[in-house]
Amino acid sequence: MQLILPMLVQGAQMALVVLLAPLLTGLVRKLKARLTRRRGAPVTQPWRDILKLLQKEAVVADSASWLYRAAPYLIFAATWVAAALVPTFATHLQFSWTADLIAIVALLGSARFFLALAGMDVGTAFGGLGASREMMFATLAEPAMLLITFALALIAGSTQLSTIAAVMAGPAVGLRVSLGMALVALIIVALAENGRIPVDNPATHLELTMVHEAMVLEYSGRHLAMIELAASLKLLLYLSLIACVFVPWGLAAPGQGLAAHLAGLLAYLGKIAVGAVALALFETAIAKMRVFRVPDFLGIALMLGLLGTLLLFVSARL
Amino acid sequence: MLEAATLLAGALIALGPIALLFGGRAQTALYALTALLAAGLAGLALAALATAATARLTLPIGLPWLGAHLRLDPLSAFFALLLGLGGCAASLSAIGYFRHSPEPRRTLPFLPAFLGAMLAVILADDAFSFLMSWEIMSLLSWALVLADHRAEAARRAGFVYLTMAAFGTLALLLAFGLLAGPQGAYTFDAIRATPRGPLSVALVLALMLLGAGSKAGLAPLHVWLPMAHPAAPSPVSALMSGVMTKVALYAFLRVVFDLLGPTPWWTAAALIPLGAGTAVLGILLATVETDIKRLLACSTIENIGVIFAALGLALAFRADAMPAAAALALSAALFHAFNHMAMKSLLFLGAGATVGATGTRALDRLGGLIHRMPVTAALMLVGALAIAALPPLNGFASEWLVFQAVLLSPALPQASLQLLVPAAGGLLALAAALAAAAFVRLYGVAFLGRPRSPEAAAAREADRPTLVAMSLLAALCIAAGLLPGLFLDTLAPVARQLLQARLPAQAAQPWLTLTPVAAARSTYNGLLFALFIALSAGLAAVAVHRLASRALRRAPAWDCGFPQDLPNSQYGAGSFAQPLRRVLGTTLLSARETVAMPPPGDLSPARHTVQASDPAWAALYAPLAGAVEAASRKANRFQFLTIRRYLSLVFALLVLLLLGLALWS
Repeated sequence: MQLILPMLVQGAQMALVVLLAPLLTGLVRKLKARLTRRRGAPVTQPWRDILKLLQKEAVVADSASWLYRAAPYLIFAATWVAAALVPTFATHLQFSWTADLIAIVALLGSARFFLALAGMDVGTAFGGLGASREMMFATLAEPAMLLITFALALIAGSTQLSTIAAVMAGPAVGLRVSLGMALVALIIVALAENGRIPVDNPATHLELTMVHEAMVLEYSGRHLAMIELAASLKLLLYLSLIACVFVPWGLAAPGQGLAAHLAGLLAYLGKIAVGAVALALFETAIAKMRVFRVPDFLGIALMLGLLGTLLLFVSARL
Repeated sequence: MLEAATLLAGALIALGPIALLFGGRAQTALYALTALLAAGLAGLALAALATAATARLTLPIGLPWLGAHLRLDPLSAFFALLLGLGGCAASLSAIGYFRHSPEPRRTLPFLPAFLGAMLAVILADDAFSFLMSWEIMSLLSWALVLADHRAEAARRAGFVYLTMAAFGTLALLLAFGLLAGPQGAYTFDAIRATPRGPLSVALVLALMLLGAGSKAGLAPLHVWLPMAHPAAPSPVSALMSGVMTKVALYAFLRVVFDLLGPTPWWTAAALIPLGAGTAVLGILLATVETDIKRLLACSTIENIGVIFAALGLALAFRADAMPAAAALALSAALFHAFNHMAMKSLLFLGAGATVGATGTRALDRLGGLIHRMPVTAALMLVGALAIAALPPLNGFASEWLVFQAVLLSPALPQASLQLLVPAAGGLLALAAALAAAAFVRLYGVAFLGRPRSPEAAAAREADRPTLVAMSLLAALCIAAGLLPGLFLDTLAPVARQLLQARLPAQAAQPWLTLTPVAAARSTYNGLLFALFIALSAGLAAVAVHRLASRALRRAPAWDCGFPQDLPNSQYGAGSFAQPLRRVLGTTLLSARETVAMPPPGDLSPARHTVQASDPAWAALYAPLAGAVEAASRKANRFQFLTIRRYLSLVFALLVLLLLGLALWS
């Protein structure tokens, strides 16, 4: 029981995130459609798209190399492993000690590295354009993410997500200015990393301002399905991360029974739904930025992260 | 074991003149012998590290009253290991690289002797033999930089390098003069025993930053590095970037951590921002660089910055009596030095293969090499992933340790350090992210896409010895990434020697998980990471191919319906860097873009030019050169005086000196 339960939780989480990720994307799309008074496709549409794409023949450009064909699987695998290590409904994952928050974020960096390389592999202008802009955004988002991690580590005394969640759920933390700053910074980073609206438009095609879609422009069939699935997983991962750090209530702790796990699952689904609504509202209310405004936007995250960290040095209670 | 190491150093140095006798005929055998000696050195150093013993030896050469003192302790053994591994790979690759060289004697005698001189620096245990070997190392590497002396750029690089090397040695000379004190205690044992005031500590630290820092490439003394490292033949570039910068690091460690005794906390406050700033500046230069070898040299500056920042942290923790944290920071720095040796040598050898296959160093004339040089491309991918600090490879493991050390800084009592270290951590994260951008750019432009020139389209796979050398280094990168704990345990004696503390034994952790402080605080397991990724990627691929579709059709690229045949329609090195150049380079590198658009009706082409320059040139070197020139112009007048005036000048000076003497006594 000591060994089997964390293993079960780990397996359940891996299955859960893959099943849930496209549904989350579908839910956000549906909500956005309703907010603009359209009917919108059903919530299961992303899953149907993926299954359809999987059945189709993959068309690969003549100039593409083996890297282009291997990258979708590597990107999916790296994102999946990262998503499997962020506590969703229970903290005692079997392999949560494999990586701390820094390593999880860096693993997403590996996925991005391969995605950018895959974008450049065919040798078209769009691929390079997407890759170059994606790397610029990442350059500014990563230091912000590290400073957020720093602020969290100062409060929790750890970069291990399960420990952070446990400390945050405890009574010692309470409301703090620095945590608020870290939350805002993390939301900005999450928006940029997932290519959501003020930074990039996930619904766009054939537009000069696109970033993520430009990189994956040449992909088709099963390769595109893998990349779409990975993109959905990444959105779910960031929502789970925010939920696990800033609203850690309801997470099942080690030693608790099946009921606690079910309650944790329900709480998690509720948190993700709230996150989806907030994201849809935000994206409907705001316009996309010009590419060279994005550094200013990410600069806010950077400054908030730094301020949050420095506030904690001034006073451990702020 | 010290005797054997000394013999190796002597043999390597002696190989130089021997090679001169044989000329180009026995080239392969001589390089193979060098590689063998270097491999022997690596084995020897590993054994010395394992026993963690200190051996001493005095040879009757050098100054008659001093002799040459030699010593092999864990610190020198660790750097001898780096030298052995890097030297072995570079010499192996040299077998293939110089096979068709028209002038084998331009490099053959210098390369083994260069290795021997570096080993002598590491083994030296007195100031005289240290400085002597240091100078020989500098001169030999200068000769190697000038291997292609007919190229104007190489001659210029050689001149700048020689100037900087002379300046660095001068600083080291002064530093050792201060360390030796008025009694002239030249052996390191005597220097260690001398007590020192804070002013002397500050001066020695500043001089070491100038002397060792200029050789390592610490900003603002880094300007020679992107000129000289690429000018040399690629195996030598690999040695200079991968190994010689580490020898400079050794000099800094030996003096500041070992000879100088306890250092106050503000030494860290000087070192940490310097290191973090160097890291960002170096990698920013790399992101706008369009020459493949210069790009790699700029990235060396970044890594040296990371190492120096970690050393600064170690100094801070040591000054505040936190030995465990200091051991973590020092181990992170040493581990990063090891990783950088492996990945930078790998990348330089790969760049050499690329340049050899295409005849150009310009990124904008490469492209699509993954099709024509598949093995080189695969090995370079390992190097690029490693140096971009991405898991599960080794660059990430050491950077992760640096960040763990940064996260321990709240326990430091000084408020200024508490504010400084998180900001420096942010800068290091920025440097790591920029490194990912720089190496996506290098790999994407050079190896992916379509060829941008006929030479790139006709490229051939690299020679076999280079591929073997690269595979060895890539294996080292992967092993250090998957099993960082074993490597950290190997260098534990160094931390114990310098700080009397070490990291918790990593081999005892379950699943070899990297646990720098405590399991509840932070853990990372590269092995399981890699295993999980490989498993899930394999699972996904098999499942998709079995259950869904495996049909594949090759077709021309879609490119949004408007495919362009011209290879220049791809993103190139300049266009890929444009967003970052505009966001960060405008202020830091004073990057400017100008578009010269002819008026309507004029058929001349429009021109787009980009300018970006290293701020150190404009801020420091240009005024310095101007001042030197103005002073020499003034002094020039004294060359054309009449004999009367010379005599009166001499007389005036004599009177002045006598007057001074009279007043002083």
